[in-house]
Amino acid sequence: MAALKIKKGATSRSAYNLRPTFSDDIERHTLAVVVENEPGVLARVIGLFSGRGYNIESLTVAEVDHMGGLSRITIVTNGTPQVITQITAQLSRIVPVREVHDLTVEGATVERELAMFDVAGTGKKRLEALRLADIFRARVVDSTLKSFIFEITGTPEKIDAFAELMRPLGLRELVRTGVAALPRGE
Amino acid sequence: MTDDMTGARIVVHALREQGVDTVFGYPGGAVLPIYDEIFLQSDIRHVLVRHEQGAVHAAEGYARSTGKPGVVFVTSGPGATNSVTGLTDALMDSIPIVVITGQVPTFLIGSDAFQEADTVGITRPCTKHNWLVKDADRLAPTLHEAFHVAVAGRPGPVLVDIPKDVQFASGRYTKANPSNSQYQPSLTADEASIEALVDAIETAQKPLFYTGGGVINSGIKASKLLCQLVDATRFPITSTLMGLGAYPGSGRCWLGMLGMHGLYEANMAMHDCDLMINVGARFDDRITGRIDAFSPHSTKAHIDIDPSSINKIIHVDIPIIGDTAHVLKAVLAFWQSRGCKTNVEGVSDWWRQISEWQKVDCLAYESSCSTIKPQHALARLEALTQERKDRFICTEVGQHQMWAAQYLKFEEPNHWMTSGGLGTMGYGLPASIGVQLAHPDALVINVAGEASWLMNMQEMGTAVQYNLPVKQFILNNERLGMVRQWQELLHQERYSHSWSEALPDFVKLAEAFGAKGIVCKHPDQLDEVIMEMIEYDGPVLVDCLVEKHENCFPMIPSGKPHNEMLLATSASDDGVDEKGAVMV
Repeated sequence: MAALKIKKGATSRSAYNLRPTFSDDIERHTLAVVVENEPGVLARVIGLFSGRGYNIESLTVAEVDHMGGLSRITIVTNGTPQVITQITAQLSRIVPVREVHDLTVEGATVERELAMFDVAGTGKKRLEALRLADIFRARVVDSTLKSFIFEITGTPEKIDAFAELMRPLGLRELVRTGVAALPRGE
Repeated sequence: MTDDMTGARIVVHALREQGVDTVFGYPGGAVLPIYDEIFLQSDIRHVLVRHEQGAVHAAEGYARSTGKPGVVFVTSGPGATNSVTGLTDALMDSIPIVVITGQVPTFLIGSDAFQEADTVGITRPCTKHNWLVKDADRLAPTLHEAFHVAVAGRPGPVLVDIPKDVQFASGRYTKANPSNSQYQPSLTADEASIEALVDAIETAQKPLFYTGGGVINSGIKASKLLCQLVDATRFPITSTLMGLGAYPGSGRCWLGMLGMHGLYEANMAMHDCDLMINVGARFDDRITGRIDAFSPHSTKAHIDIDPSSINKIIHVDIPIIGDTAHVLKAVLAFWQSRGCKTNVEGVSDWWRQISEWQKVDCLAYESSCSTIKPQHALARLEALTQERKDRFICTEVGQHQMWAAQYLKFEEPNHWMTSGGLGTMGYGLPASIGVQLAHPDALVINVAGEASWLMNMQEMGTAVQYNLPVKQFILNNERLGMVRQWQELLHQERYSHSWSEALPDFVKLAEAFGAKGIVCKHPDQLDEVIMEMIEYDGPVLVDCLVEKHENCFPMIPSGKPHNEMLLATSASDDGVDEKGAVMV
């Protein structure tokens, strides 16, 4: 390198740092992918992840622009920074993909997930479940004398925490939607 | 309502508007309406192949030699599945191909109907994009979009699946308007990155151009700009298998091909350079060898139109995302505007070092006056055909392919057709047919191995039917040569299933197809046989019986860095360690 007067990753004249620095740490990233809502588009996105050996922690998809026929896919994935960059580049290559945003890199985000918990129990356990649900601001959306279904919205961590608490109190079944995310306002 | 016509007619109209003159295909139940339309017109020529895989490879040969997309018609089910290898081949080598498949009628889709297959599902990972068209009104825009996607940005294969009822249905024909497409890859690069590269060009002591298929895909202009930049800077240049011909093999800065079977001087220069300028190549594992020992002291610039190629394998310092021709033009202009500076002294020292490596003469081989050495056969082929500017070379896959890349010189882009990324045996014969159809008067030679050639030998029937004077030059060692070589080097000479015990008589085989067959058994006959092959007006096969146990050198063994090459003169059996043996 001594022969070259340029520093690695920068030029003598420009202030641009052209070479990204990559570490080997595994990071968790939330990606927002806007796609044309044509048949098979989700299969293309999922096939990319399985075909190239990337991970999907969660994935949500729905049409967000009915007139324009655009769907928004939110993917939570993990990998080294190099892998994450590859994932965004590979996603961008898919023809019906309009935009790819790495929300984790682009700034602060609001991330929410909806979950429903079927919790069965009587007596003290039932009361404790109801009390904790209140603390977590979960709503009761179905009730029998022996069970509740709670609906809860929050970050994935909050839902994980609530699930831990419900497990000893009679948790029978749970369903989660996966993460939906938006960047916060400036 | 005057623009309404049947779906089948829309297909033919769209092809005509896209400037298609040749289609390779094979009919079947689900494409009969389209074949009916083909029958009723005369300006698009349909070439009947013998197997759908052959159709796609022929279209690849057509596309690689003309720069225009190759077009294929196949039927549903097996017709579509047989095209998968060709599609994958075209995807790996970024070749623009448009495959049109018939499908069972829409009301039978999903019912396991006769010759039904989930074509778009099966071909999704092996196309750049694909479409199932269920509405005849959508047919024309979809076909135009398919041609646009196939050639725009990094080229690749696309597929349009058309159910039979849509081919019969009436729909509206609309004209192409590629600027309306949502798919518009950007061609020009960021100025800061161009400036960074010019900074590096001005100061580098040991610079090297490493170029690939991206230069050829970008068009003739890119190759011309590359030659200008290389000749003006006097920087040495090497190329991948896919990039051969972009810079002339007779050019003064040419080092020869690099990589696993690349030249010693090219690989040593890659290892020792201080500035690597990658133009349209993708750091394939055949090139890099061991990643952590790959060119350890260089600043790396990478010009590529596909952002996903950047930092995929090798971390680069100066990423430049854009079309090769656009970027080279900008680099050249900027470098010239700053006074065409290079580190002249440093570069002269670098050339002195390179000429030392060249003295190793890595392509030397032990000659024989009783057996035909495959290298000698190719050296003679080169000597007897190098004057022909219209010479096109195709290959199959294996040792002969590497020898062809080493011993033949390519002076122009688009004259070398080989399966690089996928390494598809059986590619060369159908590809040579596609090339010959695009260039009827040219000298088209398929350098083949007997095992690869047999994989798609049925296409000899196509060559005979259309009287295509393709030259099948088979280096017959009665072995799967490259497999045998690896078994010798990696598996202690346990030659598991790497030879053929019942090879056909190739001369009789050629004659059975209605072609000419010539056998060549002795080095003394070589020149005469090659001349006879060239002069024969029609499809001809040469069965050149070569040394059976020749190994292809130089070679970077798997898992080794560039500066640990095996040469023919120094090859030993300790080339590959356990870790390397896992690599392919």
